[in-house]
Amino acid sequence: MTREPASGAEAQLEVPFSGRVEAGTRKAKRGGAKTGRRSEPGNDRPAARKRRRRKGPAKRGQHADVAESMASKQREISVSEFFAKNRHLLGFDNPAKALLTTVKEAVDNALDACEEAGILPEVLVRVEQLAEDRFRMIVEDNGPGIVHAQVPKIFGKLLYGSKFHTLKQSRGQQGIGISAAGMYGLLTTGKPVEIISRAGPRRAANHFHVVINTKKNLPQTLVDAEVEWEKPHGTQVAITLQGTYKKGRHSIDGYLKQVVVANPHATIIYEPPNGDKAGERIVYERTTDQAPREPREIRPHPHGVELGVFLKMLQGTSARTVRSFLQEEFSRVGNKVVQNLLQETESAGLRLTPRTPPRRISAEDAEVLHSALGRIKIMAPSTDCLSPIGEDLLVKALEKRVTADFYTAATRPPAVYRGNPFQIEVGLAYGGGMPGDTLIELYRYANRVPLQYQRGACAMTKATVELPWRNYKISQSRGALPAAPMVLAINIASVWVPFTSESKEAVAHYPEILHEIRLALQECGRRLAVHISRRRREADEEKKHSYIQKYIPHIGIALQEILGLSDRQRERTVDTLTDVLERSRKM
Amino acid sequence: MPKRMTKTQLANTHRKNRERDRRTVELIQATAKDVHEHIQKRSKPDLKFPVRALSNVTYSTKRGYFEIGKQKKVRTLTVNTVKTFAQTLRMMSLSKELVETNDFATKRDAYYQSKNWGAAMFQDQTESDTVMDDIEALFSVNAINREQLRFVPDEHGGAVAGELVVFDTDLETGAIEKIDCTRFGSGAYSIPTSVEQLSFETKAKFILAIETGGMFQRLQSHKFWKKASCILVSMSGVPTRATRRFIRRLSESARIPVYAFVDCDPYGISNIYRTLKVGSGNAAHINQFFCVPQAQFLGVTPQDIVDYKLPTHPLKEVDIKRARDALKNDPFFRQHRPWQKALQMLLKMGVRAEQQALAKWGLNYVMEEYLPNKLKNVRAFLP
Ligand SMILES: Nc1ncnc2c1ncn2[C@@H]1O[C@H](COP(=O)(O)OP(=O)(O)O)[C@@H](O)[C@H]1O
Ligand SMILES: [Mg+2]
Repeated sequence: MTREPASGAEAQLEVPFSGRVEAGTRKAKRGGAKTGRRSEPGNDRPAARKRRRRKGPAKRGQHADVAESMASKQREISVSEFFAKNRHLLGFDNPAKALLTTVKEAVDNALDACEEAGILPEVLVRVEQLAEDRFRMIVEDNGPGIVHAQVPKIFGKLLYGSKFHTLKQSRGQQGIGISAAGMYGLLTTGKPVEIISRAGPRRAANHFHVVINTKKNLPQTLVDAEVEWEKPHGTQVAITLQGTYKKGRHSIDGYLKQVVVANPHATIIYEPPNGDKAGERIVYERTTDQAPREPREIRPHPHGVELGVFLKMLQGTSARTVRSFLQEEFSRVGNKVVQNLLQETESAGLRLTPRTPPRRISAEDAEVLHSALGRIKIMAPSTDCLSPIGEDLLVKALEKRVTADFYTAATRPPAVYRGNPFQIEVGLAYGGGMPGDTLIELYRYANRVPLQYQRGACAMTKATVELPWRNYKISQSRGALPAAPMVLAINIASVWVPFTSESKEAVAHYPEILHEIRLALQECGRRLAVHISRRRREADEEKKHSYIQKYIPHIGIALQEILGLSDRQRERTVDTLTDVLERSRKM
Repeated sequence: MPKRMTKTQLANTHRKNRERDRRTVELIQATAKDVHEHIQKRSKPDLKFPVRALSNVTYSTKRGYFEIGKQKKVRTLTVNTVKTFAQTLRMMSLSKELVETNDFATKRDAYYQSKNWGAAMFQDQTESDTVMDDIEALFSVNAINREQLRFVPDEHGGAVAGELVVFDTDLETGAIEKIDCTRFGSGAYSIPTSVEQLSFETKAKFILAIETGGMFQRLQSHKFWKKASCILVSMSGVPTRATRRFIRRLSESARIPVYAFVDCDPYGISNIYRTLKVGSGNAAHINQFFCVPQAQFLGVTPQDIVDYKLPTHPLKEVDIKRARDALKNDPFFRQHRPWQKALQMLLKMGVRAEQQALAKWGLNYVMEEYLPNKLKNVRAFLP
């Protein structure tokens, strides 16, 4: 069976957040939120200035008063307060997107938890429509459950999770997903997050109502009671929120359909809202009983660490010497690397010995050290931290979910961008009943999580558009996705997927990533071209037969009419000609 | 009035028609036989069509028209060509049947006939038109034209008036019908779609081929044909195949010249007159039947604009382009110095004049002054 499920509890921690937001810029921030832009402090300055000017310039001698009155308003802003006002940063820009994002966060967590516990996931997703624009979504998993004490913090505190502090491939990362969804629900409907969780058959199931105190970013437990629950272990989350139920590319249906392609080991059951398809239950049975390889946790690679993080690591380390600091906190650092590094820093004018205590290194020196790290050769990071879907399973999943004539997949060997290992895989389904003259369907995944928005900004789209598909016998107009009866699934597996924004919707254009996607697409494209040629040849053969069958009798008739042949003569002519043409290979 | 046709003449007409039909059937059979023999020898039959493209066209000074060259397109019977091959043969069979039953079919008729052919039927008329054009080209090599294959154009020919008797054959009874073209009152005889079976009797001295219906009407109503002893033919723009073939056969059988009377503009000169006289470049395979190399250009000439002080319009962009193109690329105009001079003069003046511009001097000026004047000096006509 499963491992003792509750083992994750000690890993669930508060995530540090250094982004304090000063009150003075608060108004301007809200302006940014209204227009739905990514909020950068600089963005709204002109607007803020205008607003101030409207009040009239402050008179000389009044500055001190103004400063005093401002001081009375200046105070710390909690992360939850910040995100409550800038919810678009987390994918809650509009009601339709909010509902999908909420489902997505809960499903991601369910799959992550099962994977970590080595359990084959069975996830139930139910969406109930309570009013025109009010929904209740319930996601239930058979995962390891959450220990009693942790539940309030997980669902009632932003930046609280188990995944941030480890370098390990997972769907969630910052500990911000489900609690943000709960906060959105609370803000739009006033309803708490309802949780049932059970951390093993020998423990009791607990029922919670949790709300987040947005001002303080602290959980508040309204209900905490033991309940009867038929599941031996698992978690059920229910969030009531304001939303819109949509069909099409950005729908929950579409999202789940994509989830099961990239997660062939998961069974997903979906109950859409009543009224839409009353009482309907869509069951996606798992394609394989083979759980994905559990990704290893790794230490950061020196080439992938930014200066700020490096400084913090220096301060926080318990290592007594630079050498042990480098060797213990990073991967791929041995004696040789330390030696090279110190030579490099020396040629940059900084003398350090392997035994220098980390605490003695000043900020300026740390900067020299950090840039020297970037310049020296270090072995690429180990790649057993990655858990791709795999070619076989990807093909199997596509075969089960997409009706097509031809399936193939290519999983590239691991590669590295800026010290972060990653791996690209592409699955392709072609032909069958799909419409032929429309653009292909592109499924984008980051660590098996479907990316639904910002298609145009994504490296996967860019690589697909830029590939010359005509070489693979697929039509394509300039600067567009190819037009063919085809589904293309692209997944990037990485400990740290570089997204273009916080809402995690598009993969950034790193040349190494683009290159790997291109290679995987080419591999699939070549196989597709072979398939298409074979198909065309077969079709030609078939056409040849039917042509001969269809038209040669008419040559017989015409010759009979013109030359007055007998029926026998006509038949003989038709037979001879049929034979002559069947034998000739030339079309 | 023309004298009556003698019995022998009538018999001759019948005999000639029968002779021509027999040759047509023989050629169709020869083609089919060749195909059949190839098949019996287990080799792939082919059909050789003259290439219908401008690259395979020359202007023959000797004959005076555009001629198709020697390039042949060979269509071998393969899987890819089996459909068109079958359709071509069935279309030839249809032609044979039409000849034997003394009937005819328009392009549209032939298309509908194919609906009885099962899998070999045409999906739309452009397909059957192409096959018909192919067959026409195939037999043009043997001096058999489309009308002789009994495929007739959908559009009929222009109007005819004057001292002419046309003998036509009644399709139903085979009886010869006599048509007197002086007796249509203010109307006119209309040229049938196929003119192969016609024979003529006339004492007229020339044929006047007129561009516009308006001018034809004026000359016909005032019986100009009587005064000038001629036959008037209205072309209404670029003459149809039937009109061109009619003029050609009439002028050959009566041994009388043809004078063209058109607007003085690049369209009248290089489209209407040139097509009448030497045919068109992209239908060179049929020019041998349809052009009228003996035609001459009466007017309106660029010089007439000056001589008769005609009211004019400025040349349009397309006119200028057309005239320059004729000077530069058209083998007919390049062949004739007088035409180059005339076109250059027109371009230099930068104007054009319609034939009806003569009405400036009075409605009947054209009959009373212009045409009689011009006809006094036939040698001065442009070639
Ligand atoms: N269904 C679940 N089963 C077990 N643990 C869960 C579940 N959902 C969330 N968690 C725990 O709660 C933490 C916070 O979740 P979340 O706010 O979505 O952030 P993240 O997924 O980015 O870590 C996770 O890191 C995980 O440890
Ligand atoms: Mg999460």
